[in-house]
Amino acid sequence: MMYLAKITIGLKEGMLDPEATAIRHALGNLGYETDELRTKKLFLVRFDATDAREAEEKARGMCERLLANPVIHHFEIEVHR
Amino acid sequence: MRFAVIRFGGSNCDRDAQYVLSDICGVDCDLIWYKDGLTRPYDAVILPGGFSYGDYLRAGAIAARTPVMKEVIAHAEKGGLVLGICNGAQILAESGLVPGVFTINAYPKFICRSVQLRVETPDSPFTSLYKKGDVIRIPIAHKEGRYVAPEDILSELNKREQIAFRFCDDAGNVTPESNPNGAMEHITGVLNRGRNVLAMMPHPERASEEILNSDDGRKVFLSMITHIERTKGVTG
Repeated sequence: MMYLAKITIGLKEGMLDPEATAIRHALGNLGYETDELRTKKLFLVRFDATDAREAEEKARGMCERLLANPVIHHFEIEVHR
Repeated sequence: MRFAVIRFGGSNCDRDAQYVLSDICGVDCDLIWYKDGLTRPYDAVILPGGFSYGDYLRAGAIAARTPVMKEVIAHAEKGGLVLGICNGAQILAESGLVPGVFTINAYPKFICRSVQLRVETPDSPFTSLYKKGDVIRIPIAHKEGRYVAPEDILSELNKREQIAFRFCDDAGNVTPESNPNGAMEHITGVLNRGRNVLAMMPHPERASEEILNSDDGRKVFLSMITHIERTKGVTG
């Protein structure tokens, strides 16, 4: 059965996000005052799995082994049919 | 004695590293395409600087998962020397051969300039020809070089003297101004626990001849050669 995993990877709480700081600064230059800006990466991965549980496990494996770096990242997984 | 320099698609300091080893230091050094693997025994493997896989995902992340890295890990597990320079350092961190990660600079731009480093330990195959506290001048050239590691790992690294180099000023003081990329505790060279793997962001191969304004980096390679000579019981 084909599943679509939506994998969102972000920096752990308290981690410096220089890209976000620069973007926030640029928004300020355009007149948008913001209190917070965080960046995240979204991966949409379609693959075969026997059920939702296996799909989630596979997606977790992808995160742990490549997509995220556990030193700085946390990740969220949603699987859809 | 034989060194290997592994080139990935996007490596661009591979020939500099080979040149320094073969022409300046006078040892045999093969340039190896990563798909060809380590086809013969090597005393030391060097992962050179560059932009493997265009820094996609995270710098070094994809190269770290290539099959040749399994061979590099096996080589390290047998006690073989592994030196990762810049992108090579990022690959070593991504592959788990050294703890922590080199991520985007605190001020997120590419920095290419000469910096001062303080040698934190001469007790490694890469730094044995330096003295503790030596201040050396070596260039950096990176956008993702800020060293980050969890607190417990940092204290382990300090306790076990696994920190090889820290950014410092001319006098060897570790000051905020002398930290170009915001690295935690100014760290820019990390050893593994076995001390046979070193990941460093600065480029010693760009500072191995006086004509390039500094030959302070040459001792990294000469230390490795000395170590190999000692462990092999050979000279020359």
